[in-house]
Amino acid sequence: MRALRFLLKKEFLQIFRNKFMVRLIFGLPVIQLSVLPWAATFEHKDIQLCVVDNDRGSYSVRLREKVISSGFFKLSAYRTTYAEALESVEEGESDLILEIPAGFEKRCVNGIASEVMLSVDALNGQKAGLGVLYMGNIIQDFNASVQGEPGNMQAMAVVKPYYKYNLRMHYQNLMVPGVIVVLVSVMGAMLSAMNIVREKEMGTMEQMNVTPVSRSVFILAKLIPFWVIGLVNLSIGMLLSWLIYGLLPSGNMVVIFVFAFFYLLAFTGFGLMISNFAQSQQQAMLVVFFLLVIFILLGGLFTPISSMPGWAQGVATFNPVRYFIEVMRLVYLKGSGFADILPHLLKTGVFLVVFNILAVMGYRKKSM
Amino acid sequence: MQTAIFIQDLSKSYGKEKHRATALKNVSLEIGQGELFGLIGPDGAGKTSLFRILATLLTPSSGKATVEGFDVVKDYREIRRRVGYMPGRFSLYCDLSVEENLEFFATVSGATVRENYDLIADIYRQIEPFKKRRAGKLSGGMKQKLALCCALVRRPAVLLLDEPTTGVDAVSRREFWDILKNLKDEGMCIFVSTPYMDEASLCDRIALIQGGEVLSTNTPANLVASYPFTLYKTRAENNYLLLEQLRTQSNVRFCYISGESLRVVFHEGAERVIRYPSSEAEEVTPSIEDCFIQLMKKR
Repeated sequence: MRALRFLLKKEFLQIFRNKFMVRLIFGLPVIQLSVLPWAATFEHKDIQLCVVDNDRGSYSVRLREKVISSGFFKLSAYRTTYAEALESVEEGESDLILEIPAGFEKRCVNGIASEVMLSVDALNGQKAGLGVLYMGNIIQDFNASVQGEPGNMQAMAVVKPYYKYNLRMHYQNLMVPGVIVVLVSVMGAMLSAMNIVREKEMGTMEQMNVTPVSRSVFILAKLIPFWVIGLVNLSIGMLLSWLIYGLLPSGNMVVIFVFAFFYLLAFTGFGLMISNFAQSQQQAMLVVFFLLVIFILLGGLFTPISSMPGWAQGVATFNPVRYFIEVMRLVYLKGSGFADILPHLLKTGVFLVVFNILAVMGYRKKSM
Repeated sequence: MQTAIFIQDLSKSYGKEKHRATALKNVSLEIGQGELFGLIGPDGAGKTSLFRILATLLTPSSGKATVEGFDVVKDYREIRRRVGYMPGRFSLYCDLSVEENLEFFATVSGATVRENYDLIADIYRQIEPFKKRRAGKLSGGMKQKLALCCALVRRPAVLLLDEPTTGVDAVSRREFWDILKNLKDEGMCIFVSTPYMDEASLCDRIALIQGGEVLSTNTPANLVASYPFTLYKTRAENNYLLLEQLRTQSNVRFCYISGESLRVVFHEGAERVIRYPSSEAEEVTPSIEDCFIQLMKKR
């Protein structure tokens, strides 16, 4: 026990003597949380719109005004023919063409179905999809308003979505909890992965290995500091998300911390495991980078896991990051309690055991 | 004298069949308690491999080795409690201060600085003025003294020092060897390796190692006494031209450059003359280095 206490003291001394490390631990959460959630949004504003109006009537003006006043589109060009409009797209000036046919107003007034054409630049798939979706909604809206006017008394069903748990469908509410997870995972894995291999590189490992300190105590002394740092980082992250985005978990904060308690033990073990098998800091760094990218992309932060193909969903089952992201969203938005996150907790428990056993086993005091 | 380190037919090779590199070939040594034993050999002779095996950091390919009666493979835990190991490469925490390093290594070995202070006092006093300084910022000689303190602070029965004086200035080297002498008097078994032949004479006994094989094990005095030839020293303005000349002479058995002069051994019964202007052969007692060269030539 005395040895463990001294090992821990040494680790903390080393971490806090490294000025760069301290800055990283406290600077990274601030930067990630103040920049990323704004950037990682799925809302698309200012889609460049090119209008080809073959009707030039009051209805087409109304439609155009309605589209622009929605805030999602910006009129970038106004062309007389479709061919000219296409050129505008080719030059990258416009993303979407709205072509209103001749006789549009006449058909509208007479209650005959009319068609408008949307052509969209699909180079950026997401932008294209969202542009068409927004435009569809606006035109549907326009339809309803036209039909609601006197002389147009047809009944009309209007779809009004209700976004449960995230009423205004704020993307920040969705992103911030996920970004906090990415933050603590990156820090936890990187710092721990660099640690043991650093001792190997410096040669201090050689001296440690001839001491009677057991493998488990040694790994434990490496695990605890990064686990503490992870919890501190999580707290900073949650504090910042409250200060910047006014976001507080609608569930109990204790649930998050209890889950993080186990998750961080698992993830630090993951870093230490890599550190044991790596021969240099470079190697450890690249392996962690490689795995983290997969973990984050398959973690459901940017794209829902349920929309992935079957095999990718299978891979995502072995992704610890995914479970924490889900738990954070559940607690932050839905207000879930312990009973709801129990399956996540159990799976994380498996990771915890596997990673840490591998970390202890991978640490060899002797070479062949 | 009781045996502290016992090595029998120890071999170590690295790599798979095709690229096999042999570091140690059937090495056998016996080192007693309270003995200062030197392992002398050039770089790549296998010194570090032998030390790492004794420190239980490396498993031997074949053969047997015990430290204080404990097997290096089976009873490695016991050995780790009893040896102080100082690797050739500086391996303390550069970002910890002198006293932090010392305290740390004392504690992880289950000792305290206070209870073993008498053992390190002489050495530690020399580095004490810098005890708040980070270990990485010490000079080469200071680093080695600190490393020795850290290896000693657990009061080991056996001290394994792998090239402790490599890269250290002459004065510090001298001081370091004085320290070892004192420690030996405390009854500790000290096994030290060095590539410097001049340090060999400071040991009780030495083993000369080359290419993974022990060429000879003896006391420095006996080793010198067992030199089978009469050795001569000679020199000239241009030693290289003189060497060329000697090599053409039929009465010369072998010759080589040693420092600023040449060493010559003549054939038995041959005329002991050098046919080079103003150069004469003068008889000298062989040094450890001369013995080493002779043993290497024999192979």
